[in-house]
Amino acid sequence: MRFTLAFATLGRHRGRTVLAVLGVAVAFAMLLDMVMLSSGLRASFRDLLLSRGFQLRLSPKGTLPFDTDATIGGAARMLATLRALPDVVAVSPVLGGQLHIPRGRGAVTSFALGVEPGVQGDYELLSGHDPRRPDELVANDELLRAAGAAVGDTLTAASGYDAQLRTMSGTRRLVITGRARFLYLSAGQSAAAVPLSTLQGMRGADAADAVSLIMVRLRRGTIVEAARRRIQSALPRVDVISTSEAMARVDQRLSYFRQLSYILGAVSLVVGFLLVTTLVTVSVNERLGEIAVMRAIGVSRAHVVEQVVLESGAIVLGGAVPGLGLGLLTARYLNHILSSFPGLPAAIDFFLFQPRAVWAALGLLALCGVAASLYPAWRAAVHPVAGALREEAIA
Amino acid sequence: MSALLAAEDVHRDYRVGDELVRAVRGITLDITSGEFVALVGPSGCGKSSLLNLLGGIDRPTAGRVRFRGVDVAGMPDRALTRFRLLHIGFVFQRFYLMPALTAADNVALPMAEAGVAKQERRMRALELLRYVGLDGRARHRPSQLSGGEQQRVAIARAMANAPAVVLADELTGELDARTGAEIIALLQQLNADGTALVLVTHDEQLARAARRVVHMRDGVIVNCDGAR
Repeated sequence: MRFTLAFATLGRHRGRTVLAVLGVAVAFAMLLDMVMLSSGLRASFRDLLLSRGFQLRLSPKGTLPFDTDATIGGAARMLATLRALPDVVAVSPVLGGQLHIPRGRGAVTSFALGVEPGVQGDYELLSGHDPRRPDELVANDELLRAAGAAVGDTLTAASGYDAQLRTMSGTRRLVITGRARFLYLSAGQSAAAVPLSTLQGMRGADAADAVSLIMVRLRRGTIVEAARRRIQSALPRVDVISTSEAMARVDQRLSYFRQLSYILGAVSLVVGFLLVTTLVTVSVNERLGEIAVMRAIGVSRAHVVEQVVLESGAIVLGGAVPGLGLGLLTARYLNHILSSFPGLPAAIDFFLFQPRAVWAALGLLALCGVAASLYPAWRAAVHPVAGALREEAIA
Repeated sequence: MSALLAAEDVHRDYRVGDELVRAVRGITLDITSGEFVALVGPSGCGKSSLLNLLGGIDRPTAGRVRFRGVDVAGMPDRALTRFRLLHIGFVFQRFYLMPALTAADNVALPMAEAGVAKQERRMRALELLRYVGLDGRARHRPSQLSGGEQQRVAIARAMANAPAVVLADELTGELDARTGAEIIALLQQLNADGTALVLVTHDEQLARAARRVVHMRDGVIVNCDGAR
């Protein structure tokens, strides 16, 4: 009966209730987006780092992977040391660089990765095969489009290009053997992968035994942090970064996104709270006489409070359902816009859908709904019965 | 005979702005089981205030209100609410039915509060509606009922938990003469069936139906007619 009374009360002023529900829906959509933003970016980054099964990354001292052009020298010996460790299952060295492909009167410049195709963790092959031989390469669609090339074509590519003199250095003829999607590149960035030895050779003597990054896959069951410490002490020339440490550094860099999401999430909660409080308080004020009658005939304060909380809960629940759809649509749209955010891999989702995020947002909204009902419920419960009846009679 | 409901030197003061209004000034009144008492007097003489004190809706500034010897005015709110629920029936001038509920649900509301099982309260609500002559109107909402019908529903609601006494405040005030007469007849039947009635009224016809008429002026009882 209390449900009937609560819902019927809302139905008395349908227009007002619908507007309040829409307001809550917008507030909830924003709250959901902010919860998704606060946790999604991190979760997405973590998933990306772990997607290829490498738990450790070795980068030049004081840098993050590919943060600078710095390289790790004496790579062959370091790789041999790593491969000899009992905890290590696979080691994937990567050298970064550029490829310049003559096109018309200029050149198409692309990011290039030198990898060991058998253990690489930087790209997913979409068609064709990995660059198994020294004169083979795989490229992403952006590069193929820019170079006007297709799988099976042979390109002339250089690791160095002087735009003033239009001269190239480290030139090689390379056959395109496959199309690939590069995991860590930002949207629209063209890229190619060649065997590590090929890129080392093209870059000349400085890079002959150098790599930019080494990824390490550990044996199942290995304690990552213990392995990280062991490798770090064995190879003090490099920084050994675990996924959790990389995440901590990513957290630092992206902290403003999180702060933004907390602030906007809090704002949306406050807006929802004020909206529901205002509506329910107005509704209670209009019904003080009716509530006084209920109290007079023996309805307890607790049940009056319960009815007001139910009323508030119904508005919140009514807003949460369309708000969920609206929030997911908005998140999708914003994700599309932010996928081209400079310096971040395109594979990263800013607004990652996670059931946990939805539950968290719903929980926060439910708390907000309960909090919003406290003042009107208190007002309804403590309003003097005789006074309200007298005022009602005079009115 | 011992009093069912008793006011003992009851006072009730209100503060309206800076002014102190002494609505009830030292009234002593006993209501016995099965009695039919009318409280009459000019507007503002304290009739409704006294009724609210007797029903536990309001607490006296001084004095005691006893129900079967127990001081109800000193009860904590939860106990006082329970007292109203189980022992007192209220009927108001403006009916004050819950607009969202059907006639049957309005009657069942105090029973639901008292914890009566759904099936049982449904049956009793229909029985009470039949008693007040509205057996065909159980599913109607208050807006679909006439004033007289709404007041009958309000009387049925007041009877929901079989209270010992029904307190009614100007219950024919909003009704035409014919409907008022029907309501008076219904109250007489209720009283004949054993429920004590205390009415506040300006209606002389209704006052004549009572077995005792208590005249009030300026917050005090000035005269008391009729047999006990």
